Amino acid sequence: MIMDNTPSSTPVSKGHALVQQLKMQWDRIANNRKVFPIVLVVGFILSILVPRFGLVNEYVQLIIIYIGINIILTTSLNLINGYMGEFSVGHAGFMAVGAYVSAIFTTKLLPENLLAAFFPLVVLAGGIGAALVGLLVSVPSFKTRGDYLAIVTLAFNMIVKSVIENIEAIGGPRGIPGIAKLTTLPWTFFWTVLAILVIRNFVYSNYGRGVQSIREDEIASDLMGVNTNKVKLLAFTLSSFFAGVAGALFAHVLQFISPKVFDILKSTDVLIMVYLGGIGSITGSILGATAYTVLLEVLRPFGMWRMVLMPLMLVLLMIFRPRGIMGMSEFRWLIPGFDLYAIKYWRRKKEVSSGTPTS
Amino acid sequence: MTYFFQQSLNALQLGSIYALIALGYTMVYGILTMINFAHGDLFMVGAFFTFIAAVYLGLPFVPTLVVSMIVVGLLGVLIERVAYRPLRNAPRVSAVITALGVGLFLENFTLVFYPYPQHIPTLIQNTTWNIAGVSISSLQIIIILLSIGLMVMLDLIVRKTMVGMAMRAISWDKAIIPLMGVPLNLIVSATFALGTSLGAAAGTMYALAFPVIDPYMGIMIGWKAFISAVVGGIGNIRGAMIGGFILGTVEIMVAAFMPSTYRDFVAFALLLVLLIFRPYGILGKPRPQKV
Repeated sequence: MIMDNTPSSTPVSKGHALVQQLKMQWDRIANNRKVFPIVLVVGFILSILVPRFGLVNEYVQLIIIYIGINIILTTSLNLINGYMGEFSVGHAGFMAVGAYVSAIFTTKLLPENLLAAFFPLVVLAGGIGAALVGLLVSVPSFKTRGDYLAIVTLAFNMIVKSVIENIEAIGGPRGIPGIAKLTTLPWTFFWTVLAILVIRNFVYSNYGRGVQSIREDEIASDLMGVNTNKVKLLAFTLSSFFAGVAGALFAHVLQFISPKVFDILKSTDVLIMVYLGGIGSITGSILGATAYTVLLEVLRPFGMWRMVLMPLMLVLLMIFRPRGIMGMSEFRWLIPGFDLYAIKYWRRKKEVSSGTPTS
Repeated sequence: MTYFFQQSLNALQLGSIYALIALGYTMVYGILTMINFAHGDLFMVGAFFTFIAAVYLGLPFVPTLVVSMIVVGLLGVLIERVAYRPLRNAPRVSAVITALGVGLFLENFTLVFYPYPQHIPTLIQNTTWNIAGVSISSLQIIIILLSIGLMVMLDLIVRKTMVGMAMRAISWDKAIIPLMGVPLNLIVSATFALGTSLGAAAGTMYALAFPVIDPYMGIMIGWKAFISAVVGGIGNIRGAMIGGFILGTVEIMVAAFMPSTYRDFVAFALLLVLLIFRPYGILGKPRPQKV
């Protein structure tokens, strides 16, 4: 027994050392605040250089664009499902509104030679269109909660799909074909960073605290003076705005949209990415969206079995790590500086008050 | 007027199928306060086992129904044991996402074996009677009577037997009732077995009424049945039956008297209006919120 133990213990400890080292590297990346500006600058330069000089092939570029779009979707849904603690299952509905509004602009209203110049405005219009609809959906959320609100968002998704199917002017069930391919890598990067920054700053703002207090206890936060209705309205509007932006980008990379694209399966995809990454975490949303999109592509050689393996992995992840990859924790460089300072301040104050009285 | 009666009959048929599926959602919710999103796909698996039993084994209607109900009932128990039980004390959303994952797994697993829609052979010799201009087929009668029979049976099980009493007790309080000697896991398994086998029965009947089945058919039907459960007040068994019939009636009537593409739109808009006036469904009771 003892003789056996000696040789076998060496590889185990080796593996352990490797895990330790990986963990240390992970902590270094996670906690270094310089990472954030570096990621921004390097990412932006790369996003311009890559398509210009063809550093990676078209297929990889396309996947990177999809990752960006999925990050926007996931982060925006995380605001509702993660930070506010509601269960919205109709995110594809907002996406559809954004996609259709922007596609109508680029295929029907704007002259062809102006398309590229007006693209940011078109995406903005898609976002605003979705935000207006989000405003509408937030009204039932004032009174209904939990599973009933989930039904409201689900019904909303179905209604959007059904309304689009019934309007002949925008193609009805056939959809809009021949959309110009305007979504480029730099624009995707820009909108992704914007979505991450805006939602992060919102979450750490006063309203964001309100959003999180609703998740913990709505009645208590109401009693503490949080205007829950206003906070919900803002959160829904912001979330649907970015869903619309993602939809607009999506329409201009897929180049063809139909109501079928935005059905409940699409919403399920986004939900999976949110919970894969972990609720209440922007980092988690980024990692979850990236992991899901990349895994789907990596598993492509498995053909049909890919779609069997994917949900299986999700179930296993949920059983062994129910919080997802990063549930409720954040890379340090994604937390605003002031909040880091505040956390440090309170921690010190607590230590002082619990330790020996010095003053 | 005959047109109206004709459509009412169709509504009863569709409504009874929705009601049977909605029962599965509502029973699991009542006991575990968890939405089993895989239930719609278990309905689909039920339809596929009907297909397998009818085509490969060549069984007639009643054995087919029994095979499909037993197999899917066992599958439901297995899914609960493997996927949901480890998460019973985890945050509620984890369980819901697991359920979504299980649903996707069932869909895609079936898709691997049956990539194309399959045709169900006719298991019941369909005779059609004409009563005062309304044509009634034997299949419709069988579906409606059978599902009503199953529902009455379930209602009796829940209200009159020991297992049913244990189910009601556990849905009342999950923490204390097991301390009184009620085997929690056994009762949860029994709930899943009952609920999913009813879903499978609905799958069989749906497959007979609309004889083309595909692996994704469970999604839409499943969501609609879930909506029926919510309309009736989720967690309430009689509510789920009522909700199923209401949704079936609304869908058929909209399709009958308006352009059929408006069907989903009107059905869901009605649902929203209902939720505004009765936020807890027709028979559901509002739960008092405590600080």
